[in-house]
Amino acid sequence: MFNRDEAEAIADGFGKWGENFQEQLAKAPEATARFETISGLPVNPLYTPADVSGLDYLRDLGFPGQYPYTRGVQTDMYRGRFWTMRQYAGFGSAEDTNRRFRYLLEQGQTGLSVAFDLPTQIGYDSDHPLALGEVGKVGVAIDSVRDLGVLFEQIPLDQVSTSMTINSPAAILTAMYLAIGGRNGIGPEQLRGTVQNDILKEYIARGTYIFPIRPAMRIVADIIGFCAKNMPQWNSISISGYHMREAGCTAVQEVAFTVADGITYVETALNAGLGVDEIAPRLSFFFAAHQDFFEEIAKFRAARRIWARIMKERFKAKDPRSGMLRYHVQTAGCSLTAQQPFLNILRTGYEALSAVLGGCQSLHTNSYDEALALPTEEAVQIALRTQQIIAYETGVTGTIDPMAGSYCVEQMTDRIETEVEEYLKRIEQIGGVIPAIETGYIQGEIANSAYGYQKKIETKDRIVVGVNQFQIDEPPPEGLLKVRQTVGELQSEKLRILRNERSDGTVRSSLDEIRRVARSTENLMPAIIEAVKAEATIGEICDVLRDVFGEYRGSKSF
Amino acid sequence: MTKEKTIRVLIAKPGLDGHDRGVKVIARALRDAGMEVIYTGLRQTPEQVVGATEQEDVDVLMLSSLSGAHNHLFPRIMEGLRKRNMSDILVLGGGIIPQDDIPALKTAGIREIFGPGTDTRAIIAFVRENLMRRQARS
Repeated sequence: MFNRDEAEAIADGFGKWGENFQEQLAKAPEATARFETISGLPVNPLYTPADVSGLDYLRDLGFPGQYPYTRGVQTDMYRGRFWTMRQYAGFGSAEDTNRRFRYLLEQGQTGLSVAFDLPTQIGYDSDHPLALGEVGKVGVAIDSVRDLGVLFEQIPLDQVSTSMTINSPAAILTAMYLAIGGRNGIGPEQLRGTVQNDILKEYIARGTYIFPIRPAMRIVADIIGFCAKNMPQWNSISISGYHMREAGCTAVQEVAFTVADGITYVETALNAGLGVDEIAPRLSFFFAAHQDFFEEIAKFRAARRIWARIMKERFKAKDPRSGMLRYHVQTAGCSLTAQQPFLNILRTGYEALSAVLGGCQSLHTNSYDEALALPTEEAVQIALRTQQIIAYETGVTGTIDPMAGSYCVEQMTDRIETEVEEYLKRIEQIGGVIPAIETGYIQGEIANSAYGYQKKIETKDRIVVGVNQFQIDEPPPEGLLKVRQTVGELQSEKLRILRNERSDGTVRSSLDEIRRVARSTENLMPAIIEAVKAEATIGEICDVLRDVFGEYRGSKSF
Repeated sequence: MTKEKTIRVLIAKPGLDGHDRGVKVIARALRDAGMEVIYTGLRQTPEQVVGATEQEDVDVLMLSSLSGAHNHLFPRIMEGLRKRNMSDILVLGGGIIPQDDIPALKTAGIREIFGPGTDTRAIIAFVRENLMRRQARS
């Protein structure tokens, strides 16, 4: 990027500065033994043009909305409109969560994101013995299309986009959302939103698997195929690094494992007879915004460039949209502390700023009380306001990709890309993501990183304010959110009424049809849509699929 | 000089919760501290946890839950242990457990609850000290 004379002068100047720096260190040593990012990448005291001498502007950066999308996937980025402010929310019954949704929309939130409880995510009805104690706890309890109808009451589905964190039963929730839209006269082509549908990371890090990997991947492909043909504004998958990062992996591993999962989904769809440009434009992604500010910005930029190159070079995608890595970001839940919880507002603010500087399409900011409980309305409001302050007050949205050209950020972007490529090669050598999960390789890599990080905290190699330094005596926190203990009973009563009112014959024949299709190679979506309309429950549909596909058993290694 | 008996620990994830970063970190820390550690994996019913505790003949049982189901699951496990005469086992809990819930869990027999941000060395020390005290009593 610089001519030779200039490069020599810069090298010369850098050498002289280095001598002064060493002299300074002799007098006053550096604050820590070594400088590295939270992921362990080395950090230099100073970056110069020499660190980015290999950078080719047009090849490696380009322009916003243009290949390789390093500078962003949209031409106008936040000058057109801000990212979608989308707070993940859900607890108790559909009524409880509907109230929280409408509150968030009143407060200026621009998209919805549904958190489901664990029985819903694992395909058990609320009155199943394994659901005892879990109903409505970490999200909203949904058993049938009736509950989903209540959840979206008075919310215009043609005006708001909805993200649903649902994986194993993703086909069922997509079918229910279609049914709710249909009842309100909103067709599949008008519905906007995302279904997470990323089963691979459930085996790796998140744990809400039901079926063995291969039949589960077939369901994923069925959803992607159905949406490609019927739901042009619907993201049929959200390929998620977030949960792997939360489980303890590094920034490089987060991108590497996510991209590797993405490659696997594309290959699965291609094997199912779909075309790359048919499905790739509707793939979306989900990353964490962790604490190391520059590393995170570099991570987002690197991820975009890597995905664009893979789609073009490996999969020969022609449609420009196929190479665009569009993604949601959530600030790092694992960075929240139970100690001095108000400090979490600041942590979340910095993390959110890195997400915006990195060019996200949608963002969730955590609430300060989430290391203690589900967030209160007040805590959620502060979290949303944090995004609004970044959008409306800081001025960072006026210039697209403003960190580009920073020697430090460009060097980190390159470095992350190179290290991710090495990981991708290793996973290929193992035979791909599925064997890498089955042999425990990916889970092991994440566990190693998590343990290494904990050791750094315990040896004070890394300081966590309020946890291993600057502690205070503090009273127990007050005013935390409590989910009603009666949600389980309420849901069981709703199920009893449902089973009385619906037509048993229609439910039974629709479930038989799911069983037949599951044993064939036909797309499962149409049969599931019919069953949902007949008011079959999530538990009933999943029981049929469990019967045909079997169940996955998790590993006991650590 | 007799060799000190190796402490055996079962780490369990009762309920549907999938958060296992904490238990895996603690499992490794206990192993590095010389203990024998068995991990149940995810999604264990209270009955399965009690069964594994008996079968593995452990000195310590650690229960982790971050899904808010602890008030339902932990007491049922304690009841199961009592029914099978395993009340002498040291039981510890961890995860996202609100302060208000802790007294009742302790009354049910859980010796201590460790929350987010706990140093693994504090857990190791707690286990050693409590097992020593128990040996001294017996």
